[in-house]
Amino acid sequence: MAQVLSPVPGTFYTQAAPGEPQFKQPGDSVAAGDVIGLIEVMKTFIEVKAETSGTFKEFLAEDGAAINAGQPLAELEG
Amino acid sequence: MSIKRMLIANRGEIAVRIIRAAKAMGIHTIQAHSEADVDMLAVRLADEAVCIGPAQAVQSYLDIEAVVAAAKATKADAVHPGYGFMAENAEFVRALDAAGITFVGPSADVIDRMGDKVAARQAAEAAGVPVVPGSKGRLDTVEDAVNVAAKLGYPVMIKAAAGGGGKGIRIADTEADLRKMAPQAQAEAKASFGDGGLYLERAINSPRHIEVQIMGDGTDAVHYFERECSMQRRRQKVWEEAGATCLDQETRAHLCDTAVALAKAVNYVGAGTLEYLYDSQTKEFFFIEMNTRIQVEHPVTEMLTDTDLVQEMIHVAGGGKLRKSQSDITRNGHAIEVRLNAEDPLMQFLPSPGKIGTLRVPEGEGIRFDHFLYEGYQVPPFYDSLLGKLIVHAENREAAIDLMISALNGLEIGGIKTTKPLHLALAHDAAVRADDFHTQWLEPWLAAGNLKQTP
Repeated sequence: MAQVLSPVPGTFYTQAAPGEPQFKQPGDSVAAGDVIGLIEVMKTFIEVKAETSGTFKEFLAEDGAAINAGQPLAELEG
Repeated sequence: MSIKRMLIANRGEIAVRIIRAAKAMGIHTIQAHSEADVDMLAVRLADEAVCIGPAQAVQSYLDIEAVVAAAKATKADAVHPGYGFMAENAEFVRALDAAGITFVGPSADVIDRMGDKVAARQAAEAAGVPVVPGSKGRLDTVEDAVNVAAKLGYPVMIKAAAGGGGKGIRIADTEADLRKMAPQAQAEAKASFGDGGLYLERAINSPRHIEVQIMGDGTDAVHYFERECSMQRRRQKVWEEAGATCLDQETRAHLCDTAVALAKAVNYVGAGTLEYLYDSQTKEFFFIEMNTRIQVEHPVTEMLTDTDLVQEMIHVAGGGKLRKSQSDITRNGHAIEVRLNAEDPLMQFLPSPGKIGTLRVPEGEGIRFDHFLYEGYQVPPFYDSLLGKLIVHAENREAAIDLMISALNGLEIGGIKTTKPLHLALAHDAAVRADDFHTQWLEPWLAAGNLKQTP
C-alpha cells in the first residue's frame, strides 16, 4: 500500500481536461513516474507523479477539490 | 460626476495600490473579495468590503453578474478593475454602463477594438504607428496561413486573433512547422477564446520589449515616456525599467509621439500602454499591441515622472481633463522594478503559497515596495503568484542597480520561497549591468545554470 501525496496546496484534477479520461482507473498498473493527477497552484499546473510502482486502487480526493500540501491524493496497491 | 464611491474589482497588491490612490482623492473605497480573500490587506484597508463568491476566480473576480450586483448593492458609482481579471472585458464594461456605473478605463468599444489584434493593428497603421509585417486580416485556414507566411518570410509568429497576454504564441521556423502548429493554435484559440481565427506576423530575432505609457481624457492624450521590459520568462515580465537607456533621444521622441497619435485617434480615456518590439541594430520599432488598463509595472513610470498614474486615471474616468500637459511631464533619473513572486527560482519556479513569517521592508529615499503582505498572512494558492514589486529610483541606471541590490538585501519575506534570489543574481550580472539583453535572454541564462544556490 502506498499513498500519493500532494507536493503543494491548490486545486486537484484527476483528468487532463474536462471530458478527458481520468489519468488512472482502479486496477490500472502504475509505474514510478506515472502521472496520476494535476494540481493547479497559482495559475500553474503541476503533474503529480507516483513515486513507486503498483496497481491503482482509488483517488482519495475528488476532481476539482481544494487540497493542502501533503494531503493523500490516491492509493496504490502492491 | 466625479467619483464618490468606488468598488475595487481586483485583489492582491493592485487592490491595495488603488485603495491608497482613491483614499488620497477622498473617495469612499469598497473592496470586492472572494471567500478565500477575506483576510487580504485590501479588505482591511478599504472603507467597506463585499464578498463576491467562492475562491475560484471564474465564480468571483471573473463573474460579471456577481461584480455588478456587488457594485449596485454597495451603491458604488464607479468600479476600478485593476489589471488582469475583467480589466479588458468589454462585456463587463457594457454591464456596468447598463447599470449606470462608471468603469475606470476606456469605453467598451475601444477595449473591443484594441483587444482584437487585427483591428488594433489597423488602428495603429492608420495613426502612423509602425507595425510588424503581418497578415492583413484574420486567417481561418492553414492554407491561408501558409500563403501569408511565404510573403512575410520565416520565422513567423502565430497568435490567436482574439487572444491576450503572451500565452499560446507559437513560432514557426519553416513551412513544415507552420503546417503542424497552425491547427494546434486554431484549436487552442477556439477553446480559450471561442474564436479559432489566427493572426501571423514576422518574428523579430532577439528584440527588446519597449512600451509607452499613455493617458487620455477622451479628447486629449499625453505620454509618460517609455519602459524597457525585455527581461521575461515564459513571456511574463520579471524586471522592468523606465526609461529605456538603449534609445537615443530622436528614437524616443518618435516612439512616444506615435503612441500619443494612436491614443488621440481612438479618443482614449484612462491609462493605457502601447507595446513595441525594438530592434537595437536597426533602431526600428514595431507596434505589437495596446493594453487598455493600468499595468503591473506602472510604478517605474511614476518614479521617473513623479506622477500618480492611478489617481490620474480615476480623475479622467470621473470626467476630469488631463491635469498635466505634455510639456509638464518630464523624466528624471532612472527607475527599476522587480516582481517578487511566490515561486522558488531554484526549483523551476515551483509556486510557493503559504503563511508569511517575518516581513522586513526596506525603506529609504528612492525605494518603494508595493505589496499586500503582513506577518501571518496566508497567501492563497488560487491566484497568481505576485506578492509585491520592489521599485527603486536613482540618478542614473548604474546607481539604480546599486540601490536595487541594497533594497533587495533589506527585504525579507519569511515563510515562503520568493524570486528574490533571481533578482539579486540579475542585479549582479555583467550583461544586465551593461544593459545588454533582450526578450530571449533570460531563459537561456537560467538554463545555463547562472542561478545557483548560495552556500
